[in-house]
Amino acid sequence: MVVDPIHQFEIKRYTDLLNLGSVHFSFTNSALFMIAIVAFIFFFLTFATRGRTLVPGRAQSVAEMGYEFIAKMVRDSAGSEGMVFFPLVFSLFMFVLVANLLGLIPYTFTVTAHLIVTAALALLVIGTVIVYGFMRHGTHFLHLFVPSGVPAFLLPFLVVIEVISFLSRPISLSLRLFANMLAGHIALKVFAFFVVGLASAGFLGWFGAVLPFGMIVALTALELLVAVLQAYVFAVLTSIYLNDAVHPGH
Amino acid sequence: MGPEAGKFIGAGLACLGMGLAGVGVGNIFGNFLSGALRNPSAADGQFARAFIGAALAEGLGIFSLVVALILLFVA
Repeated sequence: MVVDPIHQFEIKRYTDLLNLGSVHFSFTNSALFMIAIVAFIFFFLTFATRGRTLVPGRAQSVAEMGYEFIAKMVRDSAGSEGMVFFPLVFSLFMFVLVANLLGLIPYTFTVTAHLIVTAALALLVIGTVIVYGFMRHGTHFLHLFVPSGVPAFLLPFLVVIEVISFLSRPISLSLRLFANMLAGHIALKVFAFFVVGLASAGFLGWFGAVLPFGMIVALTALELLVAVLQAYVFAVLTSIYLNDAVHPGH
Repeated sequence: MGPEAGKFIGAGLACLGMGLAGVGVGNIFGNFLSGALRNPSAADGQFARAFIGAALAEGLGIFSLVVALILLFVA
């Protein structure tokens, strides 16, 4: 067996759909899991809200809690005008949450541990901010980069800093999710190889292998927290960035 | 000392940034807890803000993780 903690992130190509010169559009395990995630969310929410009752059952209260949680978060950070973005934020939150949680199951593929996926999500958010900001406010949107109440000689520097901080948002948004999932899954697999290595060393190794195994259990619990927390952080930062599109200017 | 050794030294130095980000995140939650114990009724409303601060501080630590990974596997 090859000891390689990166092996779990390998993209496997199932079928080639379309070949344009050197660019291959293929159906991969990544695509399979993304479809599975979306299908799970779709069928769960449909099933949970199918027989709506006044006193919700278990599935319905999970769906309602998720809805209320995101609705309150968007309203708190982007105001009631920001509620036009509620479907976007809710979809992003559910996708990232289910992708993170599904990736914790052994032998599955973690979609969010690939930078290209998280970068696409982050660019979607920032693209929405820019397009909606200019559509709704025109050039007034550029006041986002001009803080008010600043001495004139400081203003050029502050505008540059604001522009850089705006441009680094998609980078930090995507890297945070990607690196958290990547680092967590690599740590889990490294400890898993300790168990295998110690247990194959002999009788005494079996007792030694208990220690890293306990560590895997603890790390899995931590990863469960990180999976939910990163989905939450992604959704909160998304709604804060969208607030800039709804209410530019300081 | 060859360029390979320099890569490993650089990756090790980048890990300092991750430790310092840990200091920052601990600082945020420590201050949040001390504030929350003084005024527990106001704590729930600031919970999201504490996590946003922690996420921003953690993001900078993750940048240094990415620098270390690039040095080890890409550069």
